[in-house]
Amino acid sequence: MIPRPDPTLETLVLNMGPQHPSTHGVLRVVLKLDGEYVLEAHPVIGYGHRMHEKMGEVRNVSGFYANVGRMDYAGALSFGHGHVLAVERMLGIEVPPRAEYIRVITTELNRIASHLLWFGAFLLDLGAFTPILYSFDDREYILDLLEHVTGARLTFSYFRVGGVNRDLDERFIQGTRVFIRRMRSRFEVYHKLVTGNVIFRKRVEGVGVISPDMIRKYGATGPVARGSGIPYDIRRVEPYSVYSEFDFDIPTFPEGDCFARYRVRLAEMEQSLRIVEQALDRLPDGPVMVEKVPKKLKLGPGEVYQAVEAARGELGYYLVGDGTDVPYRLKIRPPSYSNLSLLNELAEGVLLADLVAIMGSLDLVIPEIDR
Amino acid sequence: MAVITPLLKGLAFTLKRFFSKPITYQYPEQKREPSERWRGLHRLKTENGQLKCVACGLCEAVCPAKVITVEAKETPDGRRFPNRFVVEVTRCIFCGYCQEACPKDAIELTRNYEFCGYTREEFHMTRDVLARN
Repeated sequence: MIPRPDPTLETLVLNMGPQHPSTHGVLRVVLKLDGEYVLEAHPVIGYGHRMHEKMGEVRNVSGFYANVGRMDYAGALSFGHGHVLAVERMLGIEVPPRAEYIRVITTELNRIASHLLWFGAFLLDLGAFTPILYSFDDREYILDLLEHVTGARLTFSYFRVGGVNRDLDERFIQGTRVFIRRMRSRFEVYHKLVTGNVIFRKRVEGVGVISPDMIRKYGATGPVARGSGIPYDIRRVEPYSVYSEFDFDIPTFPEGDCFARYRVRLAEMEQSLRIVEQALDRLPDGPVMVEKVPKKLKLGPGEVYQAVEAARGELGYYLVGDGTDVPYRLKIRPPSYSNLSLLNELAEGVLLADLVAIMGSLDLVIPEIDR
Repeated sequence: MAVITPLLKGLAFTLKRFFSKPITYQYPEQKREPSERWRGLHRLKTENGQLKCVACGLCEAVCPAKVITVEAKETPDGRRFPNRFVVEVTRCIFCGYCQEACPKDAIELTRNYEFCGYTREEFHMTRDVLARN
């Protein structure tokens, strides 16, 4: 129940959002406060609801594909990856290896870009203004690379059922290699500037501790789960695409506090760089698109669930087809939705200022929650 | 003291950056070059002064935002051409499907990313406007 203001009580009901800068979008959290302490925190979602699931039921596959990048603007390619994989699994389309490698390279670069955005925004929430300028500098390199191959900076619309839209070129490959070298040296700067900073450590260490039980109870995934010591990563537990061919670690930290989640994401960026490097080394030649993709994709009858590891956790597409080219049902399981749902239990008894740190460490993307 | 040292460290880094070259563009004096594949404002391509478009309507069919309207007409010598071709640019999502679907390579998304106007009607771009873009 969302609390209502009651003048007879000592508690204060406060609206945080929907325009609060640290909710990163149109998320409203109704707080019940006792002084500076939070008693209850009720997220109110739906301000960014755009009927994406319904649109999935009235449009054909390619028409809906333009939507998926708009759900998670920070990591659009993962959302596209899940969607095309689900459709391909339903239709039994075998994608050329080069196309899958390209998908992995671009998705992992996009994951780094998403984590860099989070890195800057999280520290901005904590009152550190400067790091966002450095992380956006690095993110700009990735966006330039992705713009070079996809033609857009955030709404890529790059993958297609059966492959990818256009091939990589030499400039992208060389540029990515330069970027990998540059980014590796940048992590040292980040660690020196932020990770070792006492002020930052005091704000995040021991704050917002999520127990592994709570992770399981709410179905939280991604860096939030791995920050509580649960090594759950779809790329490892249910390998899709060509991820099983790469050598990479799943960084986990058992503490469960905001600092653990911070370290998971920083370590994950380094692992993503490793994946990109290996994929570039082994990039096979060949076509980037299946020869024959039917003009009208007849879905089903049948159903398929395809999960991928998006930047924020497990992203699932549940696709039900009834034999026409428009899906009967397209259910999307966004990671942030489950990650947000543990906020109420987590927020009990924390300071209001710490709640901002907790929400920042969950890395919420609101359009993806509201869909 | 424990708090002041990291502050100074951060300040030292900031001061170091103070002398390096800025990474920002001084827009609009200095313009950023978008990539070759950039999906910007639409253009109808011409060949020998004639539109390449044959008004087959594939772009209209594939458009997810349904912003393209095509009306076909035939010349006396039997050549099809778009009598009316409207793109509602304000509603376009710049996915580039029209460019991909076109069998005649007649529509393209240019590298123009800066377009503005005073009225909504200016963005209901008609055939001749699109050919000039």
